Amino acid sequence: MAVERGDMERYRTLTRRTLMLGGLQAGMISLLVGRMYYLQVVQSGRYKMLADDNRISMRLIAPSRGLIVDRAGLVVANNDQNFRALIVSEQTRDVERTLGVLSGIIQLSPSELERIRHDMARRRRFVPVTVRENLTWEQVSMIEVNAPDLPGVIIDVGEVRSYPLSDQAAHLVGYVGAVSESELSDDDPVLALPGFKMGKSGVEKTRDEDLRGTAGTSEMEVNAYGRTIRELSREAGERGRKVTLTIDTELQIAAHKRLLQERSAAAVIMDAQTGAVYALASAPGYDPNVFSKGIPSDLWKSLLDDETTPLINKAIGGQYPPGSTFKLVVALAGLETGAIGLDHSVTCNGTFQLGDHTFYCDAYKNGGHGTLNLTEGIARSCDVYFYDVGNRTGIDAIAKVANHLGLGARTGLDIPGEHGGTIPSTAWKKAHTGEPWYAGETISCAIGQGQVAATPLQIATMVARLASGGHAVVPHVTKDISGGEPIRGDWPKIDFKPEHVEAVLAGMRAATDHGTGKDLQIKEPGMQMAGKTGTAQVHAYTVAERDSGQIAKVDDALPWKLKNHAWFVGYAPQDNPRYVCAVLVEHSGKFGAQAAGPVARDLLLLTQQRDPARINVSAELPAKPA
Amino acid sequence: MAQITFNEPEPKLGGKIKSLPWFFILMVIAVGAIGGGALYSAANASFLPWAKPHLIRFGMSLLVMLAFAFVDIRVWFRLAYPAYALMLALLAGVEVAGKVGAFGAQRWINLGFVQIQPSELMKIALVMALARYFHARSSEDSQRLRTLIVPALMILAPTAFVLLQPNLGTAIMLMLAGAAMLLVGGAPMWLFGAVGAAGLAALPVVWRSMHGYQKRRVMTFLDPSVDPLGAGYHITQSRIALGSGGLFGKGFLRGTQSHLNFLPEKQTDFIFPLLAEEWGLWGGVAVLGLFALLSYYGIGIGLRSRNQFGRMLAIGLSVNLFLYVFINTAMVMGLIPVVGVPLPLISYGGTSMLAVMMGFGMLISVLLHRDIKISRRYPLGD
Repeated sequence: MAVERGDMERYRTLTRRTLMLGGLQAGMISLLVGRMYYLQVVQSGRYKMLADDNRISMRLIAPSRGLIVDRAGLVVANNDQNFRALIVSEQTRDVERTLGVLSGIIQLSPSELERIRHDMARRRRFVPVTVRENLTWEQVSMIEVNAPDLPGVIIDVGEVRSYPLSDQAAHLVGYVGAVSESELSDDDPVLALPGFKMGKSGVEKTRDEDLRGTAGTSEMEVNAYGRTIRELSREAGERGRKVTLTIDTELQIAAHKRLLQERSAAAVIMDAQTGAVYALASAPGYDPNVFSKGIPSDLWKSLLDDETTPLINKAIGGQYPPGSTFKLVVALAGLETGAIGLDHSVTCNGTFQLGDHTFYCDAYKNGGHGTLNLTEGIARSCDVYFYDVGNRTGIDAIAKVANHLGLGARTGLDIPGEHGGTIPSTAWKKAHTGEPWYAGETISCAIGQGQVAATPLQIATMVARLASGGHAVVPHVTKDISGGEPIRGDWPKIDFKPEHVEAVLAGMRAATDHGTGKDLQIKEPGMQMAGKTGTAQVHAYTVAERDSGQIAKVDDALPWKLKNHAWFVGYAPQDNPRYVCAVLVEHSGKFGAQAAGPVARDLLLLTQQRDPARINVSAELPAKPA
Repeated sequence: MAQITFNEPEPKLGGKIKSLPWFFILMVIAVGAIGGGALYSAANASFLPWAKPHLIRFGMSLLVMLAFAFVDIRVWFRLAYPAYALMLALLAGVEVAGKVGAFGAQRWINLGFVQIQPSELMKIALVMALARYFHARSSEDSQRLRTLIVPALMILAPTAFVLLQPNLGTAIMLMLAGAAMLLVGGAPMWLFGAVGAAGLAALPVVWRSMHGYQKRRVMTFLDPSVDPLGAGYHITQSRIALGSGGLFGKGFLRGTQSHLNFLPEKQTDFIFPLLAEEWGLWGGVAVLGLFALLSYYGIGIGLRSRNQFGRMLAIGLSVNLFLYVFINTAMVMGLIPVVGVPLPLISYGGTSMLAVMMGFGMLISVLLHRDIKISRRYPLGD
């Protein structure tokens, strides 16, 4: 061999070791192929899923919120189109120029421009930044016309809730607002959508789940920076269902307008047979349209600080001593327990003596009412008569009847914010103060003072239960989802003797025919009402004030917060009770017959003229999910 | 193997052109073309910014390869030590420049027309120098530890410079290629076991001397889920790209991981997952197979050479190519930590392509000049 001496040996070594090396390489290649097989065949399914997770982004599409309509089908909560101008920085060559042109159309303030620039700097170049929301139609048209000068500016249509009745039904319909952190725990993922609004009060809140609808989904292909490349698929959601109210818009507006003549007042109009509420008004109110777009903090503060509490639905959340309206309860309790008979009579000389304490009647100055039977006791609202009945009946029996009539506990109205009022009893006092009950307290309670407190809705419910002949009517403002109203002739009968209920109703008729409400009686034939006045004291008069006969003057001098509340509750027509109306004028400083009575009278007349029980359009047109 | 005869006539250019290994060159062109296609896809079906420069550079490198191929092997032999010395000097220069440069890793020297990474060229120069060294050593010499001191220093010196840069990938490649040269050069087998054991023992020291980002890479390699959006993002997304490709791939230009930018560095170090995502297991294995063929072909060239320098040069260059491919693909598959080694002729980047093509040129040169006998004492005398 022509190989250099010694070369043969090292060539052999080299060949041998090169083969080793080649073998090692083969092994390493097998390792690579094995690994590829593991990743691309064995684990392929898992990695395909991960790759899809990467590129496919599920986006929820917010459903359209269901409408709220009144009993005639009139819309009281609507979805308005919210036109928004957005700007995408990567689609505009010169952001400042574009914003300048835009500012010529919609007048952007320096602080707005500041925010827009800030948002654009913080987001990726392809993410749209909101320039302005709630554009008018004219502004939208102007932007569309100038589109060639506005590269990168997009008009986007969203939805914003609007309330045509504004402050006239704010407490009842409620409003929507941004989902709070605590509400996010809900299972519905749509709540987490940016900008999603949910019901915050009123019917918007109680029926939120019906109104909300189901979110649709859109599968988007996105890249690593989150930019959407294309839509892969879309599944439409389901718009929220329509919710029908028992409310009659016209009555609601009338009630609210009438109440606005007072500084602070509330009214309830309901059906004594079905429990359907036709109007639920609390004045003053607020404009929920402002709320659904976000409340300016100074407006919120001024609403909170207002002593007429515009944010509170006083018809269901305000608790007031019911005054003489409570005498209906005491009368029925006296009869039911047998403490008095139907022919019970009391002689009123202006005062009632219990132990060494003297209780006064309003007729004290005129030497008292004289001798009165039950009907006249109610009609003339004699305090002494009811001091006597209350004293005979005892607080626990009064409380029991009061509870049966819907007092002392929430009625169960289907909107939030209801309060239960207070009906004291011996057990109640023991539990709250640890003190025993004193007989003198019963005397105050017998005329609806002392610890007794009730909401206007409770007072209306009380009379509805009496006027329906003792049925446990429960008030409600919404119908079931089909839009049909269950005919509630089937409210359970309360265990009262019919003649006892009738005796109380006779007292109410007498009150408007010739008693405390005689000036109020409706003149229209067949529409006469029965009712009960009430004047609830906030300030306790001293004996000196009573003796001086200067009560009216004292009243005028009292600060608003200490003036008397004026009540009136009535039903009509007298012979066939159907509609109940309760009115409270907060701190009116006048008697119930003067301040609350005329309001209730006007409303009961209008109610009978409209006869809302016959209006039931939505029952024929059941709400269909869109 | 060709008949070995004395005093063969010097090969002429015409004969060299005739005996060019066309199959080998075709495979090289195939790899370069695959690179062009992958880079076209990486840019979302666009020749810019990567595919076009890549293909132009590849064409020019092809010319460099052919030019290198025709250079007489004795010229390479004579250039071996000077080239090594020059590269070592350049590496040192980079290290000095790196101290004043703004970047932590200063690996480039700007020669005006092209930016050169001396560390890439050092991979060739080291093989050349070691081949020349062992060419002059007899089988018995190579068994002596004393003889191995110089080659060991030849390996460690550039490795140290490269580590200082810091460039872990190239350092590993230099070490492994050097070890392969020692192996085929005839160093005693027990030495490898001993060095391996010593290396293991030195691991804690190495760990302490590593840069923070290098440690993070190793930690991330051991468990990518530690930091899925940070350091583990690369390897996690790379595995997803590979795995989701499946057996037959998503199709050319249809890889979602790469086109939607989930796969980072997809045009450079992570181009293999892009290929495997679009072409599947078969495509990936085909590319690996092509590289394996090139490497084995090169080893074959070495075994056919009648001079020890040519043999070792060819084997060393082939091992180099194999190491590029193995380290790159193993790291994108998550078998080894991410160390920053490109996939030759496919990853976008000028210097690595030029270096690899120069290596191929020398390989062909070894083939074309396989019958030239070079004395152990050449060029000092017969």
